[in-house]
Amino acid sequence: MADVVIRPIGDGEPVAADVDMSTSLGRLDVPDPVFTASGCAAAGRELAPFNDLSAIGGVVTKSIQVEPRSGRPTPRMAETPSGMLNSIGLQGPGIEAFLDKDLRWLADNDVRAAVSIAGGSVDEFARLAGRLRGQPVALIEVNISCPNVEDRGQVFACDPRAAAAVVAAVKRNAPTGVPVFAKLSPDVTDIVSIATSCVEAGADGLSLINTTLGIAIDTATMRPTLAGITGGLSGPAIRPLAVRCVWQVHAALPDVPLMGIGGIRTGHDAFEFVLAGASAVQVGTVIFHDPSAPSRISAELRAVLAARGFARLRDAIGLAHRPPALRVPEDADPPGDEEPEPEPVRREVRFEEAQT
Amino acid sequence: MTPVQVQGEVLSVKQAGAYLSMTVVASGVAEQARPGQFVAVAVGGDESAMLLRRAFSIYQVAQRGVYGGTVEFVFSVAGKGTAWLAGRRPHDVVDIVGPLGRPFALPKEPARCVLVGGGYGAAPLFGLADALRKIGCRVDVVLGAATSDRLFGALDAKRMAASVAFTTDDGSYGEQGRVSDVLPEVIERTNAEVIYACGPMAMLEAVTRVGSEAYGGAGIPVRVAVEESMACGVGVCMTCVLPVIGDDGVTRMTRSCVDGPVFAGDRIRWDSLGAVPADALGAAVMAAH
Repeated sequence: MADVVIRPIGDGEPVAADVDMSTSLGRLDVPDPVFTASGCAAAGRELAPFNDLSAIGGVVTKSIQVEPRSGRPTPRMAETPSGMLNSIGLQGPGIEAFLDKDLRWLADNDVRAAVSIAGGSVDEFARLAGRLRGQPVALIEVNISCPNVEDRGQVFACDPRAAAAVVAAVKRNAPTGVPVFAKLSPDVTDIVSIATSCVEAGADGLSLINTTLGIAIDTATMRPTLAGITGGLSGPAIRPLAVRCVWQVHAALPDVPLMGIGGIRTGHDAFEFVLAGASAVQVGTVIFHDPSAPSRISAELRAVLAARGFARLRDAIGLAHRPPALRVPEDADPPGDEEPEPEPVRREVRFEEAQT
Repeated sequence: MTPVQVQGEVLSVKQAGAYLSMTVVASGVAEQARPGQFVAVAVGGDESAMLLRRAFSIYQVAQRGVYGGTVEFVFSVAGKGTAWLAGRRPHDVVDIVGPLGRPFALPKEPARCVLVGGGYGAAPLFGLADALRKIGCRVDVVLGAATSDRLFGALDAKRMAASVAFTTDDGSYGEQGRVSDVLPEVIERTNAEVIYACGPMAMLEAVTRVGSEAYGGAGIPVRVAVEESMACGVGVCMTCVLPVIGDDGVTRMTRSCVDGPVFAGDRIRWDSLGAVPADALGAAVMAAH
């Protein structure tokens, strides 16, 4: 990383497209670092008219649970400044229907499937992971931002021990060789301690971050806008929060691959996460605004890297953590043999006072 | 049919009573669109803080010159997003995705049809009326709104329908009352065989009830295009769901954007809108968690 020459080139200049965009997520090598984020792409199929899904890193599916779930009542969504709140309630078909229909479609269309799983107990997570054995799964993302029904609804992601228990159970049951990523919630005091617990429990990598809780109140009805009262805040509004989490976790665990998530709208935004330490990124809420976003952001990120002289995406990962360099212009004369500057003449400065 | 995303040039923004109608060059959308489908429009420009698309049913489409097809939709200024749309001028560009959703199913044989519209919800009914007339259907229209300036498409309706009935809540035009008040008489008079409706949910519920009570309870089919709040329009966000009974008799929280917006009226659990019926697929699991 230290050998990389960084050319500060303007984005408007013509760029070479031959950037190696490949990246590694544990034992999974992918040709492109852009994934769709869980809950923002269903199981991929609906985005096929707008994207070549086999060309991007992959699709992270909506979190799959053991049983079908109806989700919560409506309204489920509220638009907020540069973001949105959602309270969908993990509506989904259950693991069996998912395997029969959705996962099969992804495999038939050569789309790398990162399957997000969610459970209400450690045992449910373990069963879901086990059910993925022998299935065309590229990666498992463990959505631990769920309430633990065996612990008064305490969210797994907010307790290092509960998070570790889930990760360990998933690792024990997951298909061999398929990387397991834990997706962390930012709604914790110390994200590094949760991250460390998950890694010690066997997580091959981490996805940062899930939504952060918010409430919107309708000033006409004078009631919360969402039927579920609280909702998960996503979109560009949370991007600095997400970049901070990636930064902190990468600084503490530099060898752990991270997927950066949170308000990515352009290739520049994706690059920010890469610089903070993400090996790959997921794009979510922007898909609601622009269904072509996954492919567009992948192309934009490639152009951003090319414009800065990167031959490989990998060379940019975590680069913002390097110490600030003393900038010496390349055409500067070597020190020591300059003509001595003449002593400047100081003159008395006089002011014309303003009339009052 | 595959939806497309286009950067469409605005041709016009016109006042239409209390509403506005926007016509946009949208090649690929116009050519594929069928009555009842909609477009999802991004608002606020490239750096918009408003991330969610606004969905509008397609009023009409046309093939025009070298630019390709045009799409026209009707809207009402209800918030910042629609205010931004109202401020577009010819040659501005808007980002449009469409055509989206399931269109109205047409009868296989010529039938006598009553089309019922509420407010600017009536917009998709005129393309539908054209399509129905082309296959030899009789078309009668009922339009209702709160006030006369909120009746949409009165002239269109008079031009294309065998008969038109108007209602307004305040009696400022047509009969005072609701469309469902005059609909039984229209059904009887025209010997109607099918009802198509688009408008507010309460209206659609009432029209569905009238349809089921027609001919002494024998009933006639009612097809409704629902207006649910949407975020993406393409089927990925799970926002625009409503409880709908499937062919297997099971109620599911169903996306109105890809499984609708047109549904058979008697398949919608009208009494549970905004809620999840206890017998819906996966509702019991929610209660446990």
